[in-house]
Amino acid sequence: MRSALTMLGIIIGVAAVIAMVAVGAGAESRIREQIASIGSNLIMVLSGSITSSGIRMGTGNAQTLTEEDARAILAECEAASLTAPAVRGGVQVVYGNNNWATQILGTTPEYLPIRDLSMQDGQAFTLADVEGATKVALLGKTVVDNLFYGEAPVGKIIRIKKVPFTVLGVLAPKGQSPTGQDQDDVILMPISTAKKKVIGTSQANAAAVGQILVQARDGRTAEVQTQMSGLLRQRHHLQANEDDDFTVRNMEEVFKAQETSARVMSLLLAAIASVSLVVGGIGIMNIMLVSVTERTKEIGLRQAVGAKTNDILSQFLVEAVTLSVAGGLVGIVLGIGASALISYFAKWSTEVSSGSVLMAFLFSALVGVFFGFYPARKAAYMDPIEALHYE
Amino acid sequence: MSSASPCPDIIEVEHLSRIFRIGDMQVVGLADVSLRIARGDFVAIMGPSGSGKSTLMNILGCLDRPSSGVYRLDGVSVQGLSRDELAEIRNQKIGFVFQQFNLLARTSALENVGLPLLYAASPVADVDSRAMEALKAVGLAERADHHPNQLSGGQQQRVAIARALVNDPRIVLADEPTGALDSRTSVEIMAILQKLNREKGITTVMVTHEPDIAAYANRNVYFLDGKITRDERLPSPLDAAQELANFTKPAI
Repeated sequence: MRSALTMLGIIIGVAAVIAMVAVGAGAESRIREQIASIGSNLIMVLSGSITSSGIRMGTGNAQTLTEEDARAILAECEAASLTAPAVRGGVQVVYGNNNWATQILGTTPEYLPIRDLSMQDGQAFTLADVEGATKVALLGKTVVDNLFYGEAPVGKIIRIKKVPFTVLGVLAPKGQSPTGQDQDDVILMPISTAKKKVIGTSQANAAAVGQILVQARDGRTAEVQTQMSGLLRQRHHLQANEDDDFTVRNMEEVFKAQETSARVMSLLLAAIASVSLVVGGIGIMNIMLVSVTERTKEIGLRQAVGAKTNDILSQFLVEAVTLSVAGGLVGIVLGIGASALISYFAKWSTEVSSGSVLMAFLFSALVGVFFGFYPARKAAYMDPIEALHYE
Repeated sequence: MSSASPCPDIIEVEHLSRIFRIGDMQVVGLADVSLRIARGDFVAIMGPSGSGKSTLMNILGCLDRPSSGVYRLDGVSVQGLSRDELAEIRNQKIGFVFQQFNLLARTSALENVGLPLLYAASPVADVDSRAMEALKAVGLAERADHHPNQLSGGQQQRVAIARALVNDPRIVLADEPTGALDSRTSVEIMAILQKLNREKGITTVMVTHEPDIAAYANRNVYFLDGKITRDERLPSPLDAAQELANFTKPAI
């Protein structure tokens, strides 16, 4: 009973460390998943920020990028493997009696592989659709849920700004983006259709687009970034003293920062949890000191019949380590259980790594040695005569 | 060096003093005591509390070290030995019997008896069989699995004697072995100690308050104020086995 209470400190400490590390690892891997959901090696080029009469407009205020820019990037930057121009607009979409406000995104077929999108149902539009500006649309899951209520959408006609569109397919769901946006609340259509039928074209340049998505060849995002910046500045006839009229966003860098902060968070949690391990160790030291005092007479007898200093020392050390290791084992089981409960009730993903289990176990053994040493030493160096006559 | 030729006396104490410091006070435990005990002797040490007999026993048992003087046990001078060296001598040469038995409560009689073998310098293979032999010698073989709280006081003391014997010691030091026992059981214990002394030739040194217990020894040494006041050899010590027979007679 007393040993069980003593072990409780270690049990709680080890369980807390394991659960906290699991929560941290879960958060990290969720961020990693979200990065993958955006599309790997993705670089976004956004139009905008022209300076007119000394007033700098914000990003996207002017559509400085064009469809030709997208083609040029693919042709000139050897580190870029795919590019897709895109225009966006907010629309009200109607099917039957239902309507829903969403975003349309006019683009080319390359958009899907760049964003790592796949079709859940139906099929994607093709280059021919872009060239012919056919009135076809691909719906995200959220749009489908809000318009069709269980009806099969493929082949149905929806209306966007009174223009009828045939639903060609449904996109596989992607979930939330790392910034918390619903990536499934979107309608994809050929860029030509979007411009002609829905958003309207810019008067200045019919080929203007709001953004260009670029996929870099494996891990060469930085290279693409510099190659592309130079190319776009040249194409846009910018002088050396002029600011870029576009913004390049390397999505991976943005989310790596988030991943790092999640890791720092999980380290912090583990550090706080390990404080309770230390507290548990002090509990063990306390109970071992009581045990040594209670068993003074036994220690004296063992010394009288020939136990050497090391014999007594190791006896009490083994006892302390047994306590802490037993506590550690129970704590590991509890920690794994707690992680499962956290992911079940709080819907956080948790990951129990074998590394953290091993660490917690070794640490608990170490706590036993460290906090058991002082009481064991006290026992080993008792005066045998006093110990024998202790009452 | 006299230890070159085998000395007939197993215990040689010369001009031994032990002074305790309690705060600023100096308390004399033993004052210039010289004593020799021959191999195979059975000595009772008598005296009131504080007379120095326990202090002498602690030094004889290598539990304490003298302030000055010489103590040779079995020809080996004990001065200057380390804690662990003393522990080894206790383990190899000395068997202890205490007034309060000092058995480990949560272990069986057999394991209690085997305890000294666990601390032997060279590992002992047949701990259990040697412990069983020692238990047989005190007539408790059938109680090997009992725990101390399942045994009577006399039986517990017999287990303790078996524990003292298990390492084949040169001497047995008994500190008031009958102090916690009734008179009949005391005689039983004395019978065992006498038998071991006579049959195995184990030198026995016993501290006691009771003159009728001291009467079973061959030699009585009296202490007072840290000094030996009287040292006499008993011409005809009592025979405990015989006394035991007398005990039972009236009962029948």
